[in-house]
Amino acid sequence: MVTTSEIAVEAQIEELADKPPLMSRIRDFGRRQPLGSVGLIIVLVMIFASVFATVLTPYDPEANAFEFMLTPPNFDYLMGTDQFGRDILTRIIYGARTALFVGFTAAFIGATVGLVLGVASAFFGGKFDLIFQRVMDVFMAFPLIILALAVVSIFGTGVQNVIIAITIPFIPRCARVVRSSALAIREIPYIDAARANGFSNSRIIMRHMVPNVMAPFLIMITAFVGQAILLEASLSYLGLGVQEPIPAWGLMLQGGAEEYVESAPWVAIWPGIAISLAVFGFNLFGDAVRDTLDPKLRSQ
Amino acid sequence: MKFPSLKFAVPLAAGLALSFTMADTAQAQKIKRGGILNFVVGSKIPSYDGHIEGTFGMIHPIRPFYSTLIRVNPDNPQSPTDFICDLCEGGVPKGDDGFTKYVFKIRKNVKFHDGTPLTADDITATYKKIIFPPEGIASARKAFFKMVDSVESTGKYEVTFKLKFPSGSFIPSVAMPFNFVYSKKDLDEKGYTWHKTNINGTGAFRFVQHQPGSFVEGKRYENYHIKGKPYLDGFKAISAPKMALRLQAIRGDRAAIEFRGFPPKARDDLVKALGDKITVQESDWNCALYVTPNQRRKPFDDARVRKALSLALDRWGGSKYLSKIAIVKTVGGVVFPNHPLAATREELLKLTGYGTDVAANRKEAKRLLKEAGAENLKMVFNNRGVDQPYKVVGTWLIDQWKQIGVEAEQQVNPSPVFYAKLRKKSDFDVSIDFNCQSVVNPIADVTKFLGSAGNNYGGYKDEVLEKIYDRLLRAGTEKEQRVIMREFETRAISDQVHMIPTLWWYKINPHRSYVKGWKIAPSHYLNQALDQVWLDK
Repeated sequence: MVTTSEIAVEAQIEELADKPPLMSRIRDFGRRQPLGSVGLIIVLVMIFASVFATVLTPYDPEANAFEFMLTPPNFDYLMGTDQFGRDILTRIIYGARTALFVGFTAAFIGATVGLVLGVASAFFGGKFDLIFQRVMDVFMAFPLIILALAVVSIFGTGVQNVIIAITIPFIPRCARVVRSSALAIREIPYIDAARANGFSNSRIIMRHMVPNVMAPFLIMITAFVGQAILLEASLSYLGLGVQEPIPAWGLMLQGGAEEYVESAPWVAIWPGIAISLAVFGFNLFGDAVRDTLDPKLRSQ
Repeated sequence: MKFPSLKFAVPLAAGLALSFTMADTAQAQKIKRGGILNFVVGSKIPSYDGHIEGTFGMIHPIRPFYSTLIRVNPDNPQSPTDFICDLCEGGVPKGDDGFTKYVFKIRKNVKFHDGTPLTADDITATYKKIIFPPEGIASARKAFFKMVDSVESTGKYEVTFKLKFPSGSFIPSVAMPFNFVYSKKDLDEKGYTWHKTNINGTGAFRFVQHQPGSFVEGKRYENYHIKGKPYLDGFKAISAPKMALRLQAIRGDRAAIEFRGFPPKARDDLVKALGDKITVQESDWNCALYVTPNQRRKPFDDARVRKALSLALDRWGGSKYLSKIAIVKTVGGVVFPNHPLAATREELLKLTGYGTDVAANRKEAKRLLKEAGAENLKMVFNNRGVDQPYKVVGTWLIDQWKQIGVEAEQQVNPSPVFYAKLRKKSDFDVSIDFNCQSVVNPIADVTKFLGSAGNNYGGYKDEVLEKIYDRLLRAGTEKEQRVIMREFETRAISDQVHMIPTLWWYKINPHRSYVKGWKIAPSHYLNQALDQVWLDK
């Protein structure tokens, strides 16, 4: 006689046997999503650079070395130096750390809070949903950069405040998308069953609804990281974000673009390229993730 | 190539050589009349009233509409003691009754732009408004005239100032370019706030129009009291808040000059692009950047910590390199470097943090921090959100302090927030600070270091320093003043280090070579009457 547990084990073994090996899946992803793969590579390079920054460059990103100020690119300084004699490549590498830290933190917190609020709004419905969505409408009426500027003008400059300034505009955007998915899930019988079993609202939201809206959540996160990097660079460029001497790409543009774009163009060009590449990479990767996770697009 | 010195040296040398050559040639050239001078201004006009404002954003476009009683000699603006009559005649009075009485003879041929003739009463009414303003009426420079006991008309064309005690800072204070002479009739009939939004002066130019955020326009005043002047038909002061815009305006000949000053790189770019079409004038600037520790907070109430922060700075090295990227250059003490009362290099070297052995200074700094129990000090450095020179010098300061183990987090704030932190909230550990003045008048200028001064934000009381200043104020001779000034300087920035000097500013004015007759002054507030300016085209 075959027991239920044996059947389950056999089913798991079959499932594992059906799954292609990792390399094969990566190759498959690369074949299906060539642009997404390029994005992934850019993202991975950024992560690698930021993790191993101390090993990758011999220079201190913050220490002034005036005797080498505004040196054009050469073998010692592959991307040249800025007006304080700091190696630009080093600051680009360390800048990736700042960009990723701000980007991931703001995107993760913003999307997570948006996820919980969006699901709760869909779950409770009624007046709560109506009022909550109108509040979200107010926030979404402002362009990202305007809202971030308003927040930073209240809290002030600095890395932490920049993260807050970027996180707040993300919350309604994620909440709105997640809510629409959660509305459909709310009507599925297992939610009613959970209610009938007397589960608390928080348990139903966190254990039964949230896991089922992970696909749009992950897509939002990947999209948010690119946007957050761009926002951080914009705020820093405007002098309202990260402050000297912390290496940050937008700040590097702000310090050099106006004064040195003509006589020392490398001061402005490299951070500009870094920002463009990072945003490009995250957007391509985000699109690929969306295409992969969306059943309709996947079937096409 | 490690250091592109030639890139800086060649244009600088060319610019300087050009400026001297052009200056000499201008004297020899025949002055041409006519034309409109277009210049760019990087700051807004808060109001037209010189008695309450203190910004070049007001002085540059509005000063040409007004005259002052005396002024800095426009042909010798570098001299801190060369003053000439503007609305007075017969020379600047030397002082009677033991330098406590100054009698000014007033010109008889002067008319305001509305046709009202100028008399001594207008001068008296103006200075009473500045020195003894009625309650509720602001006067930004009232404190400069502490020595004045009375000002009265002693004839239709004679004004007498009586002083409580003799003071070398009286005449320089009278010569300040903000002391616009207003009509008594306007003050009596239209009130003391009328000049905030209206203009009626006796200056070389008449007000035509002001398009806020765009430009101010003036045209030649035919009845100007200095015969034959002004040479220009008019001027247009174009508002351009962004430096890149001002630079491009000069490059594209949409404007001929910017009177505040550009950083060295901008000068080099203009010279490189326009060659001899650009003339460069450079000067020490009566502006200095300081760091003010907040002595209301620990550990900045400890002189050893403040000394350590000063000892960390390599001022001589900073001067060498920062002068290439920022509008700062000269190492100095509390007095404008070119003034007879200023410390010599030998005297500076004796002060805390001015020694040339940087390694020894920093070793001593670390020792002092350890002794004060402030090793691994972390602090927030409040800076102003203006690139030149604040943010550039701020980045340098943080690097310098890092050398002695002090970690400073820079908090850059827009000007209103920055000032609020300094003035209202006193919410800072250490802050960038500055002392910018117009006429070089060291005895008045150094009041900034007194804990009791309205523009001092350190939160300290130093009775010893106050007493030294009192002696300085009453010192009769320059020799005596010099000795007391050293005592004051040593106490303020070396023994107590109430404020930490960084570098004095350096003024660089690249302008179209066809602009003649304007000579650079040690302040961006000075020499802006424009009556001696002409266009060689």
